[in-house]
Amino acid sequence: MTEQLSTAAPAPVLEARGVGKTFTGVAALQGVDFTLRAGESLALMGENGAGKSTLIKVLTGVYQPDEGQMFLHGEPASFAKPVDAQHAGISTIYQEVNLVPLMTVAQNIFLGREPRNRFGLIDFRKMQEDARSLLATYDIHVDVRRPLRSLALGMQQMVALARAVSIDARVVIMDEPTSSLEAREVETLFRVIGMLRSQGIAIVYVSHRMDEIFAICETVTVLRDGRVVHNGRLADLSRVELVALMLGRSVEKVKRGGVTAFGEVKEGEGEPVLTARDLSRKHQISGIGLDIRPGEVVGLGGLLGSGRSETLKAMAGVMQLDEGSLTVDGKRVRSGSVAAAIKAGVVMLPEDRKAEGIIPNLSIRDNIVLAALPRLSRAGFTSRAKQDAIVDVFMKRLRIKAASPNQVVSELSGGNQQKVMIARWLAMNPKVLLLDEPTRGIDVGAKAEVQALINELADEGLAIVLVSSELEEVVEGSARVVVLRDGSVERELRGSEVTEQHLMAALVGENHSPADESPAEIKERL
Amino acid sequence: MSLALEPSVGPATTKQVTRERIAGNVQRYGAAIVLGLLLVVGSFAFPTFPTLSNFTNIATQSSFLLIVAVGMTFVILTGGIDLSVGSVYALGGILAAYGSTWGIAGAVLLPLLVCGAVGILQGLLIAYGGMAPFIVTLAGLLGIRGLVFALTNEGANTPLIKDAAVTALGQGGMLGLRWPVVIAVVVVVIGSVLLARGRGSQTVLAIGGSESAAVLMGLPVARVKFSVYVVSGLCAGLAGALNAAYSSSGVPTVGVGLELSAIAAVVIGGTLLTGGRGNLIGTTAGVLLLTVIQNLINQVGSLTSSVQAVVSGIFLAVVVIIQTVLSRTQRL
Repeated sequence: MTEQLSTAAPAPVLEARGVGKTFTGVAALQGVDFTLRAGESLALMGENGAGKSTLIKVLTGVYQPDEGQMFLHGEPASFAKPVDAQHAGISTIYQEVNLVPLMTVAQNIFLGREPRNRFGLIDFRKMQEDARSLLATYDIHVDVRRPLRSLALGMQQMVALARAVSIDARVVIMDEPTSSLEAREVETLFRVIGMLRSQGIAIVYVSHRMDEIFAICETVTVLRDGRVVHNGRLADLSRVELVALMLGRSVEKVKRGGVTAFGEVKEGEGEPVLTARDLSRKHQISGIGLDIRPGEVVGLGGLLGSGRSETLKAMAGVMQLDEGSLTVDGKRVRSGSVAAAIKAGVVMLPEDRKAEGIIPNLSIRDNIVLAALPRLSRAGFTSRAKQDAIVDVFMKRLRIKAASPNQVVSELSGGNQQKVMIARWLAMNPKVLLLDEPTRGIDVGAKAEVQALINELADEGLAIVLVSSELEEVVEGSARVVVLRDGSVERELRGSEVTEQHLMAALVGENHSPADESPAEIKERL
Repeated sequence: MSLALEPSVGPATTKQVTRERIAGNVQRYGAAIVLGLLLVVGSFAFPTFPTLSNFTNIATQSSFLLIVAVGMTFVILTGGIDLSVGSVYALGGILAAYGSTWGIAGAVLLPLLVCGAVGILQGLLIAYGGMAPFIVTLAGLLGIRGLVFALTNEGANTPLIKDAAVTALGQGGMLGLRWPVVIAVVVVVIGSVLLARGRGSQTVLAIGGSESAAVLMGLPVARVKFSVYVVSGLCAGLAGALNAAYSSSGVPTVGVGLELSAIAAVVIGGTLLTGGRGNLIGTTAGVLLLTVIQNLINQVGSLTSSVQAVVSGIFLAVVVIIQTVLSRTQRL
């Protein structure tokens, strides 16, 4: 595949020359040149706010560029709306599957272009046959009469891809397509991407996951502050160099910082603030015990389905327990009640920020004080002054970047939204902070800030439990790591044992030595 | 990969699929099943219930609501709502009465033209103006009722239908069925074929299932949304005209609350109020159920119409609860 580029480079399918886009005086894109050739897979990289999504929206006809020109197969082109881009052969696969869950696989693939019989009525038999054979070309075998929602997310994404390609797409743009997929599903996706490329279809791939980028992309375009700062082959760049390009810092500086921004970590001392014993729930977790001391970060390791999120949910009172007890500062906490957990000082930052965390249309202020409102109220009235004081403290302390506390949260970047969420829980004066994937889906810079913040909070004596699917984050961020497997505690890593090697070994179980699987394979399964 | 502990967000197991299929069928045909049960029970309980003349009565009483409910089904399938149908129904009746001076053509075409225009106006505001269906059609409900009263001297006039051909349209029939019943059946059949096999109806289902996905797939979302309100307006107008022909007059006060009966019938019939799934057989069963409940209560004799309202209300609540449970089983 890589030879394709170096030898006779195929003609560009899609080009942008000097494209600029300005929103209310702020330049989101400036003089962007972008070239995509047939069969190429290009990684579009950049921090949040670098202009990636704006560029994608320009390429797919959601936005019209203010300046510059786009070319399709060498001809000047412009798309007034997304449908125009689709008709021109540019399809987009979004982070969330954009199909109709209630309709069948076949209906979804052929929506808007259903095969019809001579009476003008839809020929469902032909539609199903066509859908089946279309999917079969990508080695996907599924009952096309099943409603889409009954399929796993990865399979749904595959159906979306099949639909996109069957509309004679020449370019497929994928915006974080794997963010909700399991490792195995990612594999299938990559296989299909490979097949598409061999058919001469060009892929634009956007992802925060470096592993994926290096696994399937051939070339890279790096955006920073709305400009292209790098264009070239991905093989010529190391990860550190790529991160340095995205951040606009020197390679040395990035290296010195390690992969994560965690500082020194230490085990907590004294009596545990939170003691969990024998936490069990049918089919999910069984007999989990944990002790968390003030001032320490305890990592909770485990593969998908190992019960790590469920354990957090159990401790935060979100999930009802069949058995087990939770004690905070020696006092027993009623299970299955979020209010009781919060009252005891246990709060959780949920995994899915958008669905379970922020209220997008409320302001930063309202989002921060939301959970604390009962404490700030007297006889049903809340004190605005008290609210402002709290909001002010946390916005400064967590360095939340926003125009004002009144800005609507949905306008903030992912990293700042996450900080708002953390602020909401810190405002409750918690003793134990449960973090589920605190840095997922936020850009490199914000990630570092959140990691540094976790450090700081632990130093101030907060007890923290950290769940992350990134091994480095767990290893560098935690003083000790409790590894879960199949819903129970597999082992605990402390001190010098806290390394990626040991963690991986524990993740897959001891009777299954890490030599059987390469580290990359294990990482895939996270 | 050991995913045995993964909660139910993953791929469905065979057992789940079977359970979901059963739940789906109960949701789809539940109204028909309950209707069958009621007919059996009613036949044993009341000797006057299972007579040909009573069943013909039930059919006639149901036919007007059924035609309205067909239009409503299409609207609800897109995730919308049409609150104006009760008023449009009354308007259709008045216009049919006025139009009957030009014979049967006037009695049918005038209501269809004007009520279709009401649908066009509402459809434009909703589909192209991006306004909320609830508000637009609520304005229709109030405004059209006002128009009906304006046309009838504050409701004091009840225009009568003197043309024999027009009254025959309401009271005559074939095979022992009145024309309104025959027409309602034709409307249901045409609607069912379109819904099952028509291309536009795929877009209807897609809009109700996920409007943003439908937009991103380049489907004619606005055009189809617009169309369902026109269809609903036409159905309500036709039903109103037939009702006027049946009662030989355009009564300004008919159809008050009819929109709620239509919505209830559609939902009882298994159509999701959020749209995206439903069918007209269910709607038909829903309409018949409402009428049969009323008829059975009348059989008791000593009960008043308020009892019927209470029973219908309780029934609707039970249906909604069952539907919610079924939806959860199917992870909708």
